[in-house]
Amino acid sequence: MDNILWHSVFFWAFAVITCGFAVMVVLSDNIVRMAVALIFSLSGAAGLFLLAGADFVGAMQLMIYVGGTLVLLIFGVMLTAQGPFISLKAGSGDWIIAVVMVGLSLAMLLPMAWSVPDWHGPAMGASETKTTKQTALQEEAEADQETVVVEHNVSVTEIGLSLVGVRTDLNQEDQESGQLPEGYLLPFEIVSVHLLVILIGAAYLARAKRPRKPTKYP
Amino acid sequence: MFTQPIGVAHYLVVGAILFVCGIVCMTTKRNTIGILMGVELVLSAAILNFVAFSQPAFRVDQEASLGIDGHVFALFAIVLAAAEAAVALAIALNYYNNHSTIDVDRAQDLQG
Repeated sequence: MDNILWHSVFFWAFAVITCGFAVMVVLSDNIVRMAVALIFSLSGAAGLFLLAGADFVGAMQLMIYVGGTLVLLIFGVMLTAQGPFISLKAGSGDWIIAVVMVGLSLAMLLPMAWSVPDWHGPAMGASETKTTKQTALQEEAEADQETVVVEHNVSVTEIGLSLVGVRTDLNQEDQESGQLPEGYLLPFEIVSVHLLVILIGAAYLARAKRPRKPTKYP
Repeated sequence: MFTQPIGVAHYLVVGAILFVCGIVCMTTKRNTIGILMGVELVLSAAILNFVAFSQPAFRVDQEASLGIDGHVFALFAIVLAAAEAAVALAIALNYYNNHSTIDVDRAQDLQG
């Protein structure tokens, strides 16, 4: 029992948190409880990002998703959760369709996830072509996957430089045409303008126009 | 279970469960904001797959990993998810102001 991999232990812990609270989001009828379960589910996903060596993406997941989007959703819940709208129950026909879709999607996705041997992780994948050197390498990788994952961290500097068009991770001498490898300057600019348009559009849509009409529905 | 190293496939399984939860959430909820939460779950699953594919230590063939591209696309997906949530919530509030309900089954004004 001395070769327990703590990386794997924490992965399973965060995976159980993420999936468990996602199932709670689905099964709960109360909109306020759904929002709380979604907070925990997305925080668990942020923990999984950190375990995958994506520090910056994990921090952004916590800040933007949990800090921004969910505050927005909770504002929506507070503005609209009145009386009958707190818990709307779906009909049984919807649930039958949903269960059929769960079965079909999982039956398709799970075998597909396990079908590629390369994806099974550093130790289990290449079991058919095992030399002694490879075995030693695999044992080393198995012993300290945590260290290996930390070694392959992508730093914030690299991400920021690639967003303004400079790629530091590619070998620039590989480009025989003399051009530098392309970064993500154009998508970055498009996303910025897109966010500005979204900001104006959301403020325009959500403004208070007139007092609410009396309902014509019972 | 705890003695095996983690691979891309483990992350894909977690992503598949999140995706299916989001799809079921979108189909079974009648509350507009509940449907938005389902969309958030689906996008979160997609970002999880991007991040898993960009880590070289999770696979045998380390050259095949996405590297920095996966991280950048995960960031773009997070930003676009936030933008989508803002607009969809504005539409939901507008719908609530005009119709005094948040139930999507009542949204039948455009039905022929």
